Amino acid sequence: MSDEAYLHIDRVTKRFGSTVAVDAVDLAIRRGEFFSLLGPSGCGKTTLLRMIAGFEYPDSGDIFVEGQRITDTPPNLRPSNMVFQSYAIFPHLNVFDNIAYGLRKDRLARTELNRRVKDALAMIKLEGFGARRADELSGGQRQRVALARALVRRPKVLLLDEPLGALDKRLREAMQIELRQLQKSVGITFVFVTHDQEEALSMSDRIAVMSGGKVLQVASPRELYEAPNCREVADFIGEINFFDGTIIGRDGELAEIDAPPLGRIKAKADGLVRTKVLVALRPEKIALSEAGVPGTIAAAAYLGERSHYAVTVAGRTIAVAAQNVAKSVVRGHAPGDAVHLSWEPEAVVVLPAEN
Amino acid sequence: MKNRRGGLLLYAIFYLAFLYVPVAFLPLFSFNKSVFIAFPLSGFTTQWYAQMFDDADMLRALGNSLEVGAITATLSTVLGLLAAKALTRYRVPGATALLGFTSLPLFIPDIVLGISILILLNAVGVPLSLVTVIAGHCLICVPFAITVLMSRFDGFDKSLEEASLDLGEGGWMTFWRVTFPLALPGIVSSLLLTFIVSFDEFLIAYFLAGNEATLPIYIWGQLRFPEKLPAVLALGALILVASAVLVVIAEWVRSHGFKDRHRMIGA
Repeated sequence: MSDEAYLHIDRVTKRFGSTVAVDAVDLAIRRGEFFSLLGPSGCGKTTLLRMIAGFEYPDSGDIFVEGQRITDTPPNLRPSNMVFQSYAIFPHLNVFDNIAYGLRKDRLARTELNRRVKDALAMIKLEGFGARRADELSGGQRQRVALARALVRRPKVLLLDEPLGALDKRLREAMQIELRQLQKSVGITFVFVTHDQEEALSMSDRIAVMSGGKVLQVASPRELYEAPNCREVADFIGEINFFDGTIIGRDGELAEIDAPPLGRIKAKADGLVRTKVLVALRPEKIALSEAGVPGTIAAAAYLGERSHYAVTVAGRTIAVAAQNVAKSVVRGHAPGDAVHLSWEPEAVVVLPAEN
Repeated sequence: MKNRRGGLLLYAIFYLAFLYVPVAFLPLFSFNKSVFIAFPLSGFTTQWYAQMFDDADMLRALGNSLEVGAITATLSTVLGLLAAKALTRYRVPGATALLGFTSLPLFIPDIVLGISILILLNAVGVPLSLVTVIAGHCLICVPFAITVLMSRFDGFDKSLEEASLDLGEGGWMTFWRVTFPLALPGIVSSLLLTFIVSFDEFLIAYFLAGNEATLPIYIWGQLRFPEKLPAVLALGALILVASAVLVVIAEWVRSHGFKDRHRMIGA
């Protein structure tokens, strides 16, 4: 239990008036893990983070860090620190005093305090910025100062509330890599809130996908993408095609599924014959080939390293993505071209049918 | 087009003249030899200033007004600070109604307010004194303090206070290390504003002062004696200078306050 649940969220529920912001959420976050809470705005991820920080108190349920119950502990006594979405750099203090803010209570000797702050500045590569005022910093620098200010207290858990949301794309991508490296080197458990699925996939050890206050699935990025457990997760992470299907037979491990307009397909699935299922197929798992399900290219978009096609099969439009590996003539298709679609059985994800 | 612009210029000049010429008369006639406030000027003198400083009643009224103003400003700013913090930072049940009720004294005529407080104090048997004046002044000053301070609190990100809590400081130290310094420009504005409102308030003070006189009450009393008018003008001129200094200080504090230009709105 101890390693499995370093930070343990135990059936936590939070209501605001009549709306349930967080609905009986259970999470077991491991020590040293980079854990993301991913979901659209209003899914409850920020409220959950704020309950871990202590800015909101659950209506029911408990929160444990290292087995210690912190559910009612005020924020200033919790073993966590937070990087705010707005960074919340104190505008009346310079960079040094911002970073030193949380160390004042520790009554460190002057030299020790200086050393800790200097180390923190070195960690975020802002040596010599100590005397700068907050309004003299760029967005990326403010983000780093917020990070240093939280990490200098050596928290057990670092909470990050969409910390990269305010940065431009290029800087955000650089910071993603930097943040991930930093997390690995300090070894602190990170809980990272984001609505950006690519960000969550590229940085996290594990991701909890949230919607409507509930956790839909907790899994590694690869598992989440390759084996989503419901339509909502499959839809939220990346592009995907859905088809209604019915199990019509078995072939060892594989089930035979009738999924119009694809026809009879094989896929790994449990379930008895005549069970209704939802078949999901990622665009990049579908190949345009010589044989298979016949269709017509309806639209084509060239995106550099890959091309996107909309292929019409018996009236249905199916998204297909193809890597532009070589200057291959075969890969270049124009609208109106007749094509065939094929895929490997293991690429097919079979989900429970929706009512 | 040219005519219109000329008309606007004329209007602006007329407006400014209407605003400031009477004010300019104050210092002008305070240095005039004649007891009568009329042109032509009859010569330069500083005797009215000397007469003013010899007038013990006047000095006492001035002292009373400064005292009432200072205590009112402090009290109403502290109360306003607490209210503004509560209204902007916590989920207060009935916050809108609360704000409405505290602002109500701004819309009730002071003469009505003065009379009703007088009736109440008489009924309860509280003797009139400067303390009752301070109470009355707080009633009309607190709404000003709340308005000024709420706009200051709305002007900085509340996650700054959360960040302080998160970094290990309790509520009290968070107030001193974050809230107070960030709200300071608003606190100074509130102190100055409420002081000035109290300092020149006449009606409520007139009803509640009892035997003591504040400066406006004293001046009102002096108007019956034409020979004392020039000394009142001298006093007015000095107050004018003092107000100008205060306004400059307030403006300096405001523009040198912390400009959180990079403030972002948290979702």
